[in-house]
Amino acid sequence: MKASLFVTCLVDQFFPQVGEAMVRILDRCGVTVDFPPEQTCCGQPAFNSGYTDEAREVARTLLRAFAESDVVVSPSGSCAGMIRHWYADLFADDPALREQAEAVAAKTFEFSQFLVRLLNRPDLGAYFPHRVTFHPSCHGSRLLGVRDEPLQLLRAVRGLELVDLPYAEDCCGFGGTFAVKMGGISGAMVTEKVEHVCATGAEVLVGTDMGCLMNIGGRLRKLGQPVRVLHLAELLWEGMQAADESGVTQ
Amino acid sequence: MTAQSGISERAQSALEDDFLRQAVRFTADRLRGKKQVSTEQLGNWESWRERGQAIRAHTIANLDSYLAQFADRVRQAGGHVHFASDAAEAVEVVLSIARGKGARSVVKSKSMVSEEVHINHHLQNAGIEVVETDLGEYIVQLANETPSHIIIPAIHKTRAQIRDLFTAAGGEQLTTDTKTLAGFARQRLRQKFLAADIGITGCNFGIAETGTVVLFTNEGNADMVANLPKTHIVLMGMERLLPTLEDLEVFANLLPRSATGQPLTAYLSMITGPRRRGDLDGPEELHVVVLDNGRSRQLGDPHFQAVLHCIRCGACLNVCPVYRQIGGHAYGSVYPGPIGAVLTPLLQQDETYADLPYASSLCGACAEACPVKIPLHDMLVRLRQRRAATGRTPALEKSAFHAYRVAFANHRRYRLAFGTARVLQRPLVQDGGIANGVGPLSAWTATRYAPAVAPRSFRARWGELRQTLHGPSGGSRTSEDGDARRQEEGTRDA
Repeated sequence: MKASLFVTCLVDQFFPQVGEAMVRILDRCGVTVDFPPEQTCCGQPAFNSGYTDEAREVARTLLRAFAESDVVVSPSGSCAGMIRHWYADLFADDPALREQAEAVAAKTFEFSQFLVRLLNRPDLGAYFPHRVTFHPSCHGSRLLGVRDEPLQLLRAVRGLELVDLPYAEDCCGFGGTFAVKMGGISGAMVTEKVEHVCATGAEVLVGTDMGCLMNIGGRLRKLGQPVRVLHLAELLWEGMQAADESGVTQ
Repeated sequence: MTAQSGISERAQSALEDDFLRQAVRFTADRLRGKKQVSTEQLGNWESWRERGQAIRAHTIANLDSYLAQFADRVRQAGGHVHFASDAAEAVEVVLSIARGKGARSVVKSKSMVSEEVHINHHLQNAGIEVVETDLGEYIVQLANETPSHIIIPAIHKTRAQIRDLFTAAGGEQLTTDTKTLAGFARQRLRQKFLAADIGITGCNFGIAETGTVVLFTNEGNADMVANLPKTHIVLMGMERLLPTLEDLEVFANLLPRSATGQPLTAYLSMITGPRRRGDLDGPEELHVVVLDNGRSRQLGDPHFQAVLHCIRCGACLNVCPVYRQIGGHAYGSVYPGPIGAVLTPLLQQDETYADLPYASSLCGACAEACPVKIPLHDMLVRLRQRRAATGRTPALEKSAFHAYRVAFANHRRYRLAFGTARVLQRPLVQDGGIANGVGPLSAWTATRYAPAVAPRSFRARWGELRQTLHGPSGGSRTSEDGDARRQEEGTRDA
């Protein structure tokens, strides 16, 4: 299978190791990955603040970048959700662009969704002997309907102890520009989220969106809490390498 | 509560009130838990929601004919119907009825529409005593406040605070025991019921085919309000209709479960006209005031008409992570929470509540909880679009998104922008993070570390990365890879 990586601006510029982990996993699964360099951002920062013209112009970079792709895969449920949920509406006034937008939306998948639903690979043979808790990101679960896929992947990891996160479905308070515009409320939300994370006693917090994870991780670091924060792709790739080294087999 | 300050400022004082946040969390958690249990017991909750959505959508799409039918039936049953185009007209209708009766006291059961038109204030100004008889509303009235939740008006009060309010009102020291507190209110209110000239209730649903006003309550107080005084006034939003009694069955299942997690409301009262010959009780006169106040403006709007489907259950408040932190008063509006952040700026289209749609992380919990599937988080986005289109958003925000457009609409400019950011961030970065940001970033770093732009972007690594892959992607390098690498290496590690 061939897949084009929409790495997202956040992963591209702030968390490139997440993109790398994802590419290595997909490569290991036999997927031919390409990275169209014209891509920048899905347009969500402007779109969610109401700036549709700005969002549309940025979103066009993706329509161009992925026009020829078979499948688009992204390490963010939020960005994939933006494309799937809003792109047709964003380009509603231009029939040609709308058609392109619908085409891109129909072939865009979030990372765990791609692995489990398209590749049917819920077990990557990883080994990760740690206590882990999972934060389900709002857009991934509510806009995209990706709920069970990350958990399937995590449950298949050898040695991994998955502990339930209390109030898991509550937003961490990121919300893009909301975190700055309503900094006080956002700060209170992430403070509560971090209390729940710490209450699990988990060594590692894992998620499927770097927006949420940089928010929760930023709060954990501010409080000096020694919880590792990993994107699902990072955890799985680390676990796949650990399995290689320790000889843990399927 | 005024809305002169912004929601950020009002939220700040709520965030500093530990009692309030504790009380809101406690009750919201309880309601969420009970809702989950009661919907699971019912089964097929999604089908119930879809049924509810379909009935509400049909009713609102045909609101004109259902309103006409409802008014006809109310009149045929001996009631009076008054259409009020705005709050002032509704108030005038109520005041003229009160004047005509020489009324000196009014008892009320819970009604958000009565809050919307500020009827208590106007009646009191006319020298008429108003007593709230819903326990939560009574507490709020004694505290000289407004409801902070659609269903649980005193959600922000702790038990100890309620004891203090009742003790002050009654002159004797009370305990925090539920029986004691409820007993105090019951005793007080009974005298008021018997003495009142007029009873004012809201209306959960008006049934078009029969002209019936349907009330859902848990304390039985609405029955007293509607039946003991000689005159009963119903205040209702114009969208509050259902076509038939059969439709009511769906909402008798949806509303209590969504609101309080009860399988059934304790009292479901159905009022068709005033007292008839031979009736043992009931008012001599029934007046139904149907309020527009900005609602009809949503009819025909492709994006916002569905806000009229709302059945005022408060489920969106109970799951909202923002409401959970700040409670209802911080919204500064009659309707708080996600539904309030959507409904208020639609009903009152001026500057006062223009910032409410921004008090959301767009997490979508509200839409997921809504028993009639109103896409509240989509509406929040569309209200922001509407706001941005007026050009009245902050200048700094406008220039930030202008810069975003310039930088992100082309991958070369995008790389250049992040290359520049790599240089500019240097004084702030320690151990790969930023502890104390400047400008807008400081709102973030007040509670969190911010990440630094990585030394090398993914796109700059891609050329090398792809060489190490096993699949067929390893191969020729494009000139774009080189571009990205050269550009970043020029700006890295001075």
